[in-house]
Amino acid sequence: MAGKPVLHYFDGRGRMEPIRWLLAAAGVEFEEKFLKTRDDLARLRNDGSLMFDQVPMVEIDGMKLVQTKAILNYIAAKYNLCGKDLKERALIDMYTEGVWDLEIMILYYPHMPPEEKEASLATIKDKARNRYFPAYEKVLKSHGQDYLVGNRLSRADVSLVELLYHMEEMDPGVIDNFPLLKALRTRVSNLPTVKKFLQPGSQRKPFDDAKCVESAKKIFS
Amino acid sequence: MAGKPVLHYFNARGRMECIRWLLAAAGVEFEEKFIQSPEDLEKLKKDGNLMFDQVPMVEIDGMKLVQTRAILNYIATKYDLYGKDMKERTLIDMYTEGIVDLTEMIMHLILTPPDQIEAKTSLAKDRTKNRYLPAFEKVLKSHGQDYLVGNRLTRVDIHLLELLLYVEELDASLLTPFPLLKVRPPQRGSHTHAYDITMVAGGLRSHPLVCKLSYQTLRLRLENNLFMCGDLSIVS
Repeated sequence: MAGKPVLHYFDGRGRMEPIRWLLAAAGVEFEEKFLKTRDDLARLRNDGSLMFDQVPMVEIDGMKLVQTKAILNYIAAKYNLCGKDLKERALIDMYTEGVWDLEIMILYYPHMPPEEKEASLATIKDKARNRYFPAYEKVLKSHGQDYLVGNRLSRADVSLVELLYHMEEMDPGVIDNFPLLKALRTRVSNLPTVKKFLQPGSQRKPFDDAKCVESAKKIFS
Repeated sequence: MAGKPVLHYFNARGRMECIRWLLAAAGVEFEEKFIQSPEDLEKLKKDGNLMFDQVPMVEIDGMKLVQTRAILNYIATKYDLYGKDMKERTLIDMYTEGIVDLTEMIMHLILTPPDQIEAKTSLAKDRTKNRYLPAFEKVLKSHGQDYLVGNRLTRVDIHLLELLLYVEELDASLLTPFPLLKVRPPQRGSHTHAYDITMVAGGLRSHPLVCKLSYQTLRLRLENNLFMCGDLSIVS
């Protein structure tokens, strides 16, 4: 259908996954064009579709947007997930950036050289348990509300819940010590749009497996 | 003076420098509290001032903001340097993120171990001249305006200026193929005592705030790896 955003990336999580989550949570249907070969990437580059020769790229509202954060900012603003004023937005940005710092480690993990993985996993677990989860649990505790900012759903909640799911894969049971995070995850997961996205067969991607990593390596070599 | 933002960081560029630039360009006076020992950082953490135990942290308008982008977004919005609508903001974001990618590549060179420095420097230079500078030159060429977005100064022009000065430090010849991005040196025979930093198509000289920055002051800052607003010589 004309008008749906089109996501250009390889068939894996990588840097596109947070964008899929946010679109899905906002109830926006989107299409995906998967890069499968180096030629696919070359074609996009030669068409002038990629400002910095990189993906993710999302075609949306007549624009060809690149840079994950720019894309996420646009979607969040368009679908009203950025808070109601400047101060709420500052908190949302702060929380979202913190989530990203941990999330990018997790998203990159499958693609790391094997000899670096053990140390990375240890760092990820440590940061989740000792830095990030306590920080967000503290926020939720401080106001006792259902969402991180402004008592309503924002992009910060979506990105945090995505992180919680990904972290559960890396460190099963990690969330057990954080009751308010657990409650947030349940609450957000029960929203109709998110619930749908969590069903099998949705556009949510599984953990980037060896085949996916190999494919990405070929495309970006 | 009560009310001035307070910047908490090391006495270095690092991740705070872009914030200093943006505040300065917005004409906002700020204070800096430098972290000079591990104890200083411990104290900040213990007092619960750092949401993720990290700096930069900026005290502004009753908040203790961390995360560079959150801080920049707040300042840019507050001082109307973020475009006039969502579409402009998105272009600003897209360009800014590209600038950040290259800036980090260049800044990390200082931290690179000696056995990797040649390869990393080579990559940074390659990306500069084959990916990033062409992209921004193309933007300026496409609309022929003095600023990157919306025909007026926004945060992304400041970020780009900062980057161009780092590129110039790294290797001035990298800028040669890009006439629209050139940072013009002081004009000889000028009747003013202060020289203006001029970005040809950026047209920053015409901006009432930035044109007052003395080129020599900026140069000194870069050479000494400092950027302290209190010392900025504003010449009328």
